[in-house]
Amino acid sequence: MKPRPFDYVQPDTVDEALALLAEHGDEARILAGGQSLIPMLNLRLIEAAVLIDISRIAELDTIRSDGGVLEVGAAVTQNKLLAWPNLARESALLAAGLPLVGHFQTRNKGTVCGSIAHADPSSELPLLLAMYAGEVVLRAQRGTRAVPAKDFHKDMLTTAREPDELIVAVRFPERPRERVAFREIARRHGDFAIIAVAAAAGANGAVTLGVGGMAGRPVTRAVAAHDAASAADAIGQWAEEIKGYDDLHASAAMRRDMFRKLAANVVAEVAQ
Amino acid sequence: MRAVKRDQKTRIALTLNGRKLAAEAEPRLLLSDFLRHGLGATGTHVGCEHGVCGACTVLVDGVAVRSCLTLAVQAEGREVRTVESLAAPDGALNPLQAAFRDHHALQCGFCTPGILMSFTDFLARTPHPSEAQIREVLSGHLCRCTGYANIVEAIKEVASSSHAPRSEG
Amino acid sequence: MVSQATKTQRKEDASLLSGRGRYADDLPVPVGTLYAHVIRSPHAHAGIVRIDARRALAHDGVWTVLTGEDVRKLSDPFLAAVKTPVQQWSLAVERVRYVGEPVALVVAESRYVAEDAAELVEIEYAPLPAVIDPVAACAKSAPLLHPQAGTNEVSLREFRYGDTNAAFSRADRRIAMTTTFPRLSFTPIECYVVVAQHNAAENSYDVTANFQGPFSMHPVMARALRVPGPKLRLRIPPDSGGSFGIKLSVFPYIVLMALAAKITGRPVKWVEDRIEHLVAASSGPNRVTQIEAAVTNDGRVLALRLDQLEDYGAFLRAPMPGPLYRMQGAVTGAYDIANVDVINRAVLTNKMPASLIRGFGGPQLYLALERLMHQIAVELDLDPLEVIRRNLVPAQKFPYRAAAGALYDSGDYMRAVAIATGGGRLDELKRRRAAARVQGRRYGIGFAAIVEPAMSNMGYLSTLMSQEAREKAGPKSGAVSMATVNIDPLGAVTVTADVTVQGQSHETVLAEIVANALGLRPDDVEVTLEMDTAKDQWSIAAGTYSSRFASGTAVAAHMAAAQMREKLKAIAAKQLNVLPDDVELAGGKIRSRSNPDNALPFGRVAATSHWSPVLLPESMAPALSETAAWTPPELEPPSHDDRINTSLTYGFVFDMCGVEIDPVSYQVRVDRYVSMHDAGRILNATIADGQIRGSFAQGVAAALYEEFTYDEEGAFLTGTFADYLVPTVSEIPEVEILHYESPSPLTPLGAKGLAEGNCMSTPACIANAIADALGVADVALPATPRRIHALLERAGEAGER
Repeated sequence: MKPRPFDYVQPDTVDEALALLAEHGDEARILAGGQSLIPMLNLRLIEAAVLIDISRIAELDTIRSDGGVLEVGAAVTQNKLLAWPNLARESALLAAGLPLVGHFQTRNKGTVCGSIAHADPSSELPLLLAMYAGEVVLRAQRGTRAVPAKDFHKDMLTTAREPDELIVAVRFPERPRERVAFREIARRHGDFAIIAVAAAAGANGAVTLGVGGMAGRPVTRAVAAHDAASAADAIGQWAEEIKGYDDLHASAAMRRDMFRKLAANVVAEVAQ
Repeated sequence: MRAVKRDQKTRIALTLNGRKLAAEAEPRLLLSDFLRHGLGATGTHVGCEHGVCGACTVLVDGVAVRSCLTLAVQAEGREVRTVESLAAPDGALNPLQAAFRDHHALQCGFCTPGILMSFTDFLARTPHPSEAQIREVLSGHLCRCTGYANIVEAIKEVASSSHAPRSEG
Repeated sequence: MVSQATKTQRKEDASLLSGRGRYADDLPVPVGTLYAHVIRSPHAHAGIVRIDARRALAHDGVWTVLTGEDVRKLSDPFLAAVKTPVQQWSLAVERVRYVGEPVALVVAESRYVAEDAAELVEIEYAPLPAVIDPVAACAKSAPLLHPQAGTNEVSLREFRYGDTNAAFSRADRRIAMTTTFPRLSFTPIECYVVVAQHNAAENSYDVTANFQGPFSMHPVMARALRVPGPKLRLRIPPDSGGSFGIKLSVFPYIVLMALAAKITGRPVKWVEDRIEHLVAASSGPNRVTQIEAAVTNDGRVLALRLDQLEDYGAFLRAPMPGPLYRMQGAVTGAYDIANVDVINRAVLTNKMPASLIRGFGGPQLYLALERLMHQIAVELDLDPLEVIRRNLVPAQKFPYRAAAGALYDSGDYMRAVAIATGGGRLDELKRRRAAARVQGRRYGIGFAAIVEPAMSNMGYLSTLMSQEAREKAGPKSGAVSMATVNIDPLGAVTVTADVTVQGQSHETVLAEIVANALGLRPDDVEVTLEMDTAKDQWSIAAGTYSSRFASGTAVAAHMAAAQMREKLKAIAAKQLNVLPDDVELAGGKIRSRSNPDNALPFGRVAATSHWSPVLLPESMAPALSETAAWTPPELEPPSHDDRINTSLTYGFVFDMCGVEIDPVSYQVRVDRYVSMHDAGRILNATIADGQIRGSFAQGVAAALYEEFTYDEEGAFLTGTFADYLVPTVSEIPEVEILHYESPSPLTPLGAKGLAEGNCMSTPACIANAIADALGVADVALPATPRRIHALLERAGEAGER
């Protein structure tokens, strides 16, 4: 269980990384934390002619809070974001969801952007990005674009990133004074969730509900939560629309069932 | 910009348990293999090579990571600490190790080095964690022998005393 | 009676905690060692049409590629316990029969290169229909794994103990059920490691491997390699990263790497990776049991019928079908049931071969027996605990000869149950259940009462043969344990013994036993348990398995130490001018019992034997080296009517638990768990409880998490630790451990086994609690959320609350 051979490049700057991406395109893989990539390399599940290691690019290892937006660079680890002093106050849902990402040891190395780039449908960070209606900053030599979460995550393990593009950062609009809840069901602590559900209620009482693990990508929706019955109706209807899927650990029907119950719980939690 | 071709061996210099060392490796060599077979530090064990079991956990610049999910070449210039660094030069166990012995927190001992390194990092950052926090960090390791209960007890003892390990050793 | 374990500091720990363990992959290898990688079948069943290794052989650094044809030329098929026309080698020959089966071996200068080259080996397969379900595999129309055998059901025997038919005809009721025990392994964190060398001048092999025994497999390996036993020197490293039965099955790879060493003329090393381990290392066998009881209306079981269909995967390797027979004598469990009929059937399917695993036959038997006891209570509207109580073997019947031949050495099961259910424990469980049910939560209580055998009779497997066949083959019985105590010229004591280390603290316990006998401290005794078949004493029973340590090797060490003590007393008596009977060993001295001031330091007496053997008492053998071998007379061969005392000692375990079904996640959550153990005399309380906790965790894993899953075509679905769910600390509940000690009268130490009990009792106990929580009879293990959801869906209770 050893990786196939690959060329290894460790650029010092984003510009160097972009030049490498321009040269190698989809022959190249970006190595940031490696917590998803290296298992796949070890298992020989994916090809990589060139690994571009961006973990030492200092300009990517930054967290910035600017104009109400939290911008997290591509080399920032999940634990580094968790330790960001203002996180619980300005971005309570991130503070609630991040501890469920993998384990302490993988969060020490795994990056926020890497998990979003990997695009597992039930993983926490894509759902968090969707809940914040955040955006992904993609840069190539030909230019930079910011792609909204709903357009970035297309399907299971599929994103809008072009082969010459580097995710340089993700942006989470800050939402102070939000009531939040994040719950997931996993077979074991730290596993990829069967489903993950998040809810957030702003000062005006509007509730946003999101779910990962029901579709090929996380989905969110505003739900009316003035009373439990109407919330349950809305959730039930939505569950039928997104259907869910079968895998080893849960059938689609079971996912819908779990979603209805978990969603009702989180909505009730934030609605009061 | 450092660049290494696939079949090219490159010299990797790092500090292992306080000693500067160097050896050659191809870019694809895993840090776990490099430590064990390149540098002879066999105390770090390999249990799954896909990041789940935690047996290979080491500290890189003080932070606990899976050495099977790290390339040797990424450790260039870093400070790596492994289980061999924990005891005093005369063999005396540090408080965390001693607590494991006192609480019968290991049987075959194969997963133990990784657990010790995780908690060396964690207790340095969080010297007095709750039991829930201890369990959360321990859940990043698989142990087949003990059923975990005695491991939790051992760590609780260290966490409730003033013996939390220092981050540098 | 709550266990008050005093703290023990294990001898093993300082090294293991400091990274100074010596596990198989840590040891130095000879200069020039090559590295192997196994190419495995992607098909569950297929003919091998063609293997073209030319491109791989042309790859830089590649030494050779072995195929089944090479192996067939250079080695003989493995001997098996059941005589059938089935042949197995260390690589697939002509046909593959499970996903993961070794097909070819690439040997190269590094593992990385070997894996690269493996991708260049072209193998053409002709897929065949596969059969996965063991019941389907018995059908006449089923695809045959081994056409020359003519059937997949390769072993079938029927046994009658007592008059079961009469009991069934006089019973008030018949109560029946079918249980299925899943496939799983306990996946030691260290995988297999083999380093093999071949000396062409002597045609001898020298192999280091983390093999666990039994050493009855040594002749199997030597025969496969076509050499006499001494030409296969097998060394077991001093440390092993867990085994739980699994590391017996490294043996085909020992032969394979030995052949690779012979072909290349270089040492060959292979380290199994996790993916290989999960797909192909070893599995416990899955079993379908149809069980039926003849009962009276008040819940007394008059007779049992069991039809046990066990699925061994693609090959019946030695020592299979052990799990079908290991419990044979004790098939009535903890109950006084005089009549029992048993049908044992071993079937082959397109899955990885099954072999040893902790619990070994017990979990399968007790799932059926204990689920049936629960179901009897349900159908008769009785309290399940009452049904257990009415059938337990009464204390006054010990030693008790069970219907199928087991001799239960000691116990007071009623008393143990009373202690466990007392102290408010059962009342608390019932309170919690009532409170939960009032709130509409699904909460259930389960019980399990089991007998835990230890130290297997080497003759038990011959029960699978008819009496005539047994007579022809020669009798098999007993189980030899061996240990040696040596004293060096400075009086330092060393111990070696016939066990393989896997974490069970044998060094610590042996040091305590020997120190105790010699009046020393455990720290004065060095224990060295790495094994070397060329230099250590061993017999076929050697190794660590079937809980043979406490009832076997520990006894041999105790005996060797006693022999040494008597010898030292005789030597010292001459020097102290007293009679040997007046000599005692205490506090590091050897002294006169009547005049303790007349004393010599222990080391001084020891030195005499080395430096001045002529001063030794007449007729005394000079060296201070005492080996004891022990085999208990109670381990008799099977009787003419197939009764067999399968093990030497029989402990008792009584478990009870409360579980709750999470209404959202459908996860079964163990709320309370109590486990009462009567393992005879406890040798070391800390270590005993450590073993029980580990066994309990594996029992929970079997009940709720771990399963090797195949789809209908035989594809393997649980090939990584992300899919095969080993519980973490978050998934293992607390367990309250209780002890009751009925020392065994059959061993000098009075100790029984205790490390397998919860692997046997816990799955059944949790399954009973789930049945109680859901009010259903059909509880499949592991009781995953998916299965629980399906059960509720069937009952129309899933979905809306």
